[in-house]
Amino acid sequence: MVNYAYLIPLFPLAAFVVNVFWGRRLKSKSAPVAILAMLGSLVISCLILKEVISGKTLEQSIEWFKVGRYSFEAGFLVDSLSAMMLCVVTLVGLLVEVYSIGYMHGDARYHLFFAYLSLFIFSMLGLVLSNNLIQTYIFWELVGVCSYLLISFWFEKKSAADAGKKAFITNRIGDAGFFLGLSTLFYYLGTANFAQISQRLAHHPEGLSQGVLALSAVLIFCGAVGKSAQFPLHVWLPDAMEGPTPVSALIHAATMVAAGVYLVARSYAVFAAGHLSLEVVSYIGIITSFMAGSIALVQTDIKRILAYSTVSQLGYMMIALGTGGYSAGVFHLMTHAFFKALLFLCAGSVIHACGVQDIRQMGGLFGKMKVTATTCLIGCLAISGVPPLSGFWSKDEILVSVYNSGNMVLYGLTLTVAFMTAFYMFRLLFLTFFGKPREKLHIHKPAPTMDWPLIILAIFSIFSGFVGSPLMGHAFSNFIYFHPEHIEPNYMVMVSSIIVGLAGITLAWVFYILSPGIPAALARNFSPVYNLLLNKYWIDEIYDRFIIRPFLRLTKFAFSFDRYLIDGAVNLTGTSCVAVSRVKGWIDKYIVDGLVNLIALMVGALGEVFRRLQTGLIQNYILLIFTGVIAIVILLRFV
Amino acid sequence: MIPLSHYLILSAILFSIGLYGVFTRRSAIGILLSLEIMLNAVNINFVAFAKFMAPHSLAGQIFVIFTIGVAAASTVVGLAIIVAIYHNYKTIFVDEIDVMKW
Repeated sequence: MVNYAYLIPLFPLAAFVVNVFWGRRLKSKSAPVAILAMLGSLVISCLILKEVISGKTLEQSIEWFKVGRYSFEAGFLVDSLSAMMLCVVTLVGLLVEVYSIGYMHGDARYHLFFAYLSLFIFSMLGLVLSNNLIQTYIFWELVGVCSYLLISFWFEKKSAADAGKKAFITNRIGDAGFFLGLSTLFYYLGTANFAQISQRLAHHPEGLSQGVLALSAVLIFCGAVGKSAQFPLHVWLPDAMEGPTPVSALIHAATMVAAGVYLVARSYAVFAAGHLSLEVVSYIGIITSFMAGSIALVQTDIKRILAYSTVSQLGYMMIALGTGGYSAGVFHLMTHAFFKALLFLCAGSVIHACGVQDIRQMGGLFGKMKVTATTCLIGCLAISGVPPLSGFWSKDEILVSVYNSGNMVLYGLTLTVAFMTAFYMFRLLFLTFFGKPREKLHIHKPAPTMDWPLIILAIFSIFSGFVGSPLMGHAFSNFIYFHPEHIEPNYMVMVSSIIVGLAGITLAWVFYILSPGIPAALARNFSPVYNLLLNKYWIDEIYDRFIIRPFLRLTKFAFSFDRYLIDGAVNLTGTSCVAVSRVKGWIDKYIVDGLVNLIALMVGALGEVFRRLQTGLIQNYILLIFTGVIAIVILLRFV
Repeated sequence: MIPLSHYLILSAILFSIGLYGVFTRRSAIGILLSLEIMLNAVNINFVAFAKFMAPHSLAGQIFVIFTIGVAAASTVVGLAIIVAIYHNYKTIFVDEIDVMKW
């Protein structure tokens, strides 16, 4: 079965082709096409995962082309990491597509939505299966393009079109770094193949400069910073909420943002070998995590809270990877994919049902949308790290990994983020589903195709954590193995993570159920902090002031330079060319042509003279001949 | 014995008459006749020189016989041309046949 791994991305690609070319005719049948393709991929992925668990891995590649001593290859790599990701991506993708049937119902570009989703999943699966950095980069960019298409799917709305552009451009900045990083590594090691890189670094580390490895690792991390929305390139993700909610669920749970973490995990050998590169990863992770978590505390848009929560959780994964918790980071990537997809789809159901996105306008929705509310509760419990749900186990492993790194400041901050996570998630839950309805909203019940994905994801959110828990002997970390990790459970860490999680939930309960006056009072008394958080640390404004506007000025200058100097030079050349041509034309017309005509005239005039000799009278000719003969005789005789 | 110079004078006179005829006759037939006269003048020259310069050789006399034969043949061709011209232009006056003129 492992040999058929290449089929997995091909199914969604086929669905994309069908939906793009015949989608208009298929109309509502375009959804089953995409879903069937996804189902095929999911089945193969699961079979492959089963075989990989039993110890089978496979790498197949062919030489694509060769330049000098550098060989470029195309191939796929099926190991524990990619097999796990394949299952997560196809499962979440499938559920999101099923959900989209109801959510996108009646949209004018219904078939295109499914085409883009299929292309997106194709790119992501290709990225996961890639066995070398260059191929990864190609699919990486494809993921970027698809995210652009999907985020600005409703491009009639200016904010959506802008968000798509922002996501794409921000990602491009990171991608430039990624490309430099992979080029450096490729040049330095002579190979871009993951397995060969790991082998080289593991067995022949002598003679390799740590500095160069660190440089390439940090540059590759730039790409991950862009895709996984880490500080300072996280700004695109909250804006990307302009896209349809299923897209948010797909992009921000299982595919695009996971790509960054996946990339770091894939090229972990380079990070481990490079000097200080893991530290960079963990510091960026904690900055992102803390900042995004604190912003999420005060946001009021249901999707934006989730967006910042995603950024924060991705920071968590980065912290884990940065502190050596390879399996912990990947584990959290998996569990997060399930519960974050669940939460986004819940938010989608809520938005679909009541037509607003501001949680201050909602409230008391529990009775009206029982399935959504229950699954959302499960998602919130999972992300807050309440045992025994999946988030608890993965978060616990991350905390253990941070704790073992010995950096207590980092550990404290990580715990704080866990506390904030629990608080803002339950703030969202309480404001949306509990209390009294704050505004009269017309609720229409979500379709069953929108409920079932929620239920399935909720089941995964509850149980997917067990595979990595001590209860199952850390099966997950043994499966996703990079290097020996401390895997004995640390009960102190476990208890502290439960305490901060419950504390966050309790605080949210006190603030938003028990005495709803407190948050407003706090916002009044700490208005500088509140404003700082509400305005997202003014990062967008800072970028606008210090990067975007100077850049725009530069482009304007470049434009006027282009317009007046370059275009001017071109026009001047053109004008002078015309003038020279005029002169040349005159010369040609009057001098060259004149000479030609003169010669013709002269020939004509001579002909005019000499034609008189041709009298046509035979006797004249005879006379002439005779005269000529006489002349010749005289000449011969006397001269 | 008539000296050579008398033959030559006769020949010159005949040639001049022929030449005059060629220049002045309008009729193509006249021109042809004049040409024959010129040819005969030349023949007289030939024969006279042959008689006085190499009396034992018959080459000169025989050459003249050939000349007469060739002249007869060329006259036939000339007459044929004249007949053809007459067919086309209904005239044999050479000054009226001037299609070669500019």
